[in-house]
Amino acid sequence: MKPALFEYHRAASVAQAVDLLAEDPGAMILAGGQSLVAAMNFRLAAPSRLIDITRIPDLDRIAVTAEGVAVGAAVRHRTLERHDGAHAVNPLIRAAQAHVAHVPIRNRGTVVGSLCHADAAAEMPLVLLLCDGWVELEGPGGNRRIPAEQFFRMHLTTARASDELATRAVFPALPPDAGWAFAEFARRKGDYAIAAVGAIVQCDAGGRITRARLAACGISSKPVRLGRAEAALAGGTADATAAAEAGRAAATHVDAADDSIATAAYRRHLVAALTERVVAEAAARARRGTE
Amino acid sequence: MNARALPRPQIPVNSADPRHAVTLTVNGVEVSREVSPRMLLSDFIRHELGLTGTHVGCEHGVCGACTVLIDGVSARSCLTLAVQADGAELRTVEALADGDAGLSVLQQAFAESHALQCGYCTPGFLMALTEHFESGDPLDLSDEGIREMIAGNLCRCTGYANIVVAVRRAAELSGRS
Ligand SMILES: Cc1cc2nc3c(=O)[nH]c(=O)nc-3n(C[C@H](O)[C@H](O)[C@H](O)COP(=O)(O)OP(=O)(O)OC[C@H]3O[C@@H](n4cnc5c(N)ncnc54)[C@H](O)[C@@H]3O)c2cc1C
Ligand code: FES
Ligand code: FES
Repeated sequence: MKPALFEYHRAASVAQAVDLLAEDPGAMILAGGQSLVAAMNFRLAAPSRLIDITRIPDLDRIAVTAEGVAVGAAVRHRTLERHDGAHAVNPLIRAAQAHVAHVPIRNRGTVVGSLCHADAAAEMPLVLLLCDGWVELEGPGGNRRIPAEQFFRMHLTTARASDELATRAVFPALPPDAGWAFAEFARRKGDYAIAAVGAIVQCDAGGRITRARLAACGISSKPVRLGRAEAALAGGTADATAAAEAGRAAATHVDAADDSIATAAYRRHLVAALTERVVAEAAARARRGTE
Repeated sequence: MNARALPRPQIPVNSADPRHAVTLTVNGVEVSREVSPRMLLSDFIRHELGLTGTHVGCEHGVCGACTVLIDGVSARSCLTLAVQADGAELRTVEALADGDAGLSVLQQAFAESHALQCGYCTPGFLMALTEHFESGDPLDLSDEGIREMIAGNLCRCTGYANIVVAVRRAAELSGRS
């Protein structure tokens, strides 16, 4: 099908985009269009006005600073994926991006658009949550930042107000001694995850886990921290038994209902297996780091 | 790049939609048109420009039949509005063969390897692969690497085996293997 009629505006600045958004309650931001145009083609979305933000100067910048990787709202997935500076401080980004759709879609889709779209099975929201990142927003009342923990509310719903533009997202750098890993199961590489898990693990010189952070997507209505699995790992040795234990604990976080793609039981099985795998991999990287 | 005159289909304009002026380079030729904001780039290419090599399968980004190159990188023309392509350098499958002089290496490899049957998906595969072949990046020519290169394109006929063969053959023909 074809989209319903809308007004098209190409914003020249963040301020103009915010004004255009505030003027019309039916307005939506157009970034890469890789989710929005598909929804419009099926008339699942029928915005009265689209505000194209991709030509706003400076919004396509990636800045790697002490706080981490700051990704402007017009940065395409593929640009971030290939950015060596970003990879150097946060290798989870590149590892996860390889699973976001396919190259032609990553060439157009934006990272911040993916965060704002907030599909419960999307990879980049998981990564933002895992590294304790945040989203920066600009609205008629000024700007604010929302930590990932609060930004994702449920499938396709965020804490962003409808008159706010997300201007950038910041993915903090990983601690230099941290091990990391990301694993996903999908029917076909590039499909949304049936389940995916990411891990950041730090160990002391004796191989004991000093800090473990785990997050998953595809298993709930939003990306979730695997708190019970993190607790199972804390203070223990990073061996196969601990990884398996973390996997069992991770499975208790699955609260997605059976759907056309997978049953909840199958998702529990997947998240346990993926957690076991990423814990082992991240711990091995962390041990190599402390050697 | 070969520049050829583009056909101009005579489509009656009886729409009340607003119009936006767009100018872009299509297969080496500069074109300017007035389009409705809701015109998809895929429809612009097919209906406004008469370049029917770009196919439309699903109109929601899944099949890859509509893949074109925008500023040198592959993109779904069904998920891009024509107004978004204003100022862009666009290439469609029509740009690949050098007139009557011959097929591109990828086209030749597809033909030789029986990598197409009905051919509906073929332009999308060719354009997605052209990006990989034109980039300076090393090509991963393992089965898995090739399957990943073509993972964003669906083919209902071939079962993909001969497409994998064709990609490897194209790499051989272009000295990339
Ligand atoms: C076939 C296919 C497969 C895909 N597979 C995956 C996958 O496996 N994993 C995955 O994560 N994604 C996948 N995607 C989605 C893709 O990653 C999208 O690019 C992404 O979800 C949205 O980014 P966009 O820039 O295209 O946003 P758009 O489509 O332009 O916008 C999406 C939504 O976010 C809003 N929005 C965008 N930017 C902003 C902003 N700066 N401020 C406020 N609101 C904003 C829009 O108004 C809209 O509601 C897939 C898409 C397709 C077509
Ligand atoms: S028609 Fe565009 S991807 Fe199927
Ligand atoms: S050859 Fe028929 S769909 Fe691919």
